[in-house]
Amino acid sequence: MGYSCKSCKKCMLKDNFNITKDKDGLVIALAGNPNTGKSTIFNALTGLNQHTGNWPGKTVLQAQGTCIIKGKKCTLVDLPGTYSLLANSIDEVVARDFLCFAKPDATIVVTDATCLERNLNLALQVLEITDKVVVCVNLMDEAERKGIKVNTDLLAAELGVPVIPTSARSKQGLDELISMVYELATGNITSNPNPIPYDQDLEEAIQELQPQIEALLKGRLNSRWVALRLIEGDEELLEGIKNYLSQEELEEDRVEEKCAQ
Amino acid sequence: MAIEKPLSEMPIGTVGTVIENGLTGLTKRRLMDLGFIPGSKIEVLRKSPAGDPTAYYVRGTIIALRNNEASHISIIPHNKF
Ligand SMILES: Nc1nc2c(ncn2[C@@H]2O[C@H](COP(=O)(O)OP(=O)(O)O)[C@@H](O)[C@H]2O)c(=O)[nH]1
Ligand SMILES: [Mg+2]
Repeated sequence: MGYSCKSCKKCMLKDNFNITKDKDGLVIALAGNPNTGKSTIFNALTGLNQHTGNWPGKTVLQAQGTCIIKGKKCTLVDLPGTYSLLANSIDEVVARDFLCFAKPDATIVVTDATCLERNLNLALQVLEITDKVVVCVNLMDEAERKGIKVNTDLLAAELGVPVIPTSARSKQGLDELISMVYELATGNITSNPNPIPYDQDLEEAIQELQPQIEALLKGRLNSRWVALRLIEGDEELLEGIKNYLSQEELEEDRVEEKCAQ
Repeated sequence: MAIEKPLSEMPIGTVGTVIENGLTGLTKRRLMDLGFIPGSKIEVLRKSPAGDPTAYYVRGTIIALRNNEASHISIIPHNKF
C-alpha cells in the first residue's frame, strides 16, 4: 500500500473503508434490514456509476456508487443488510464500524412498511449512534396492497428525524428522499432524535460512565451509546475504537489541504 | 389458565405469544434483535428433515432457530395468530 497521510478524513476513508470521497463531496450510507429495498434505492440513485468489491480485510461484499445531488458529488455506500448493529456477525461489524468510524454525512435507514415494528429495532440502534439519519419507509405500495397505513408524520415526530415514504421499485418518493438527505447532510436542517430511556438502574450506570467516556472520546462517538455497549460487555467495539480512532486522533476537519493525494 | 411451554416442543402449526427469552449474553441479544421478545406473536412453520432447526414466523419474517435455542424461549399457545 502506498503512502497515505493518516490524519485526513479522505485518506482515513480510503485506507479503512476503501471509500473515495471527493473534495466537498458527501458520503451517504444506506442501512437497513435485509430485503427492504436498499439495493433498489442504491441502483436507482447511482445508475451505472457504481462498483463492487470487498470491505478491506473482510469477505463482505461492498457496493459503492456516486450520484450528483444539487451539484454536489455524493458517494453512496450500500451497507450489509442486518437486523442489528450489535456485532453479532461480520456483516453487523462492517455496518457498525462504518457508521461509527467513517462518519457518513448522512445515513438513510431503509425500512419495510409492511413490517415496520421489526425494522425499527435497527433504526433505533442507528439513531443511538448518529443523529444524521433519514428514515425511509419503503415498500409503501406493498403496504397499501395489504391494507397497512403508515403515519410517517407521526413516526417522524416520535423518532425526532425526517421520515420519507417511498416505493423504490416504481421510483416513487426518491426525489423527496434525496433532497431530504441533502438538506441533512449539508446541515441546512438538523435532526434531534428522541433518546431512548432505559430502566433506572441502567440509567444510573450510564450517568456514572458517560462523563469518563466523553472525556476520552471528546465527541468522536456518542458517549451514551458507548456507555451502553460497555455495560453490555461489547468487546468488539473496544476493538473498533483501537483500530480506527488512533488514526483519527487529530481534528477530522483539518482535511484535504494538508494531504498531497 | 394458559401454561407457558418451551417453543422447541411446539408442533408445526402452533401459534402463540412469546412470554420469556431465557437465554443469556450474546445469544439472547441476537434472538431479541430477530424479534424473540416478550409479546411477539409467533407461528411454528416447519421443521427441517432432521427435526432441527425449525422455521418460525415472527414479526413479519421467517427465522430458523436450533432447538437448543428455542428450548429457552417460552410461549403461551393460542387459537389463532
Ligand atoms: N413492491 C415493491 N417491491 C420493492 C420495493 N423496493 C424493493 N422491492 C423489491 O424487494 C426485493 C428486495 O429488494 P432489494 O433492493 O434487493 O433489498 P435489499 O436486500 O435491502 O438490498 C426486490 O425484489 C425488489 O424489487 C418497493 O418499493 N415496492
Ligand atoms: Mg441488497
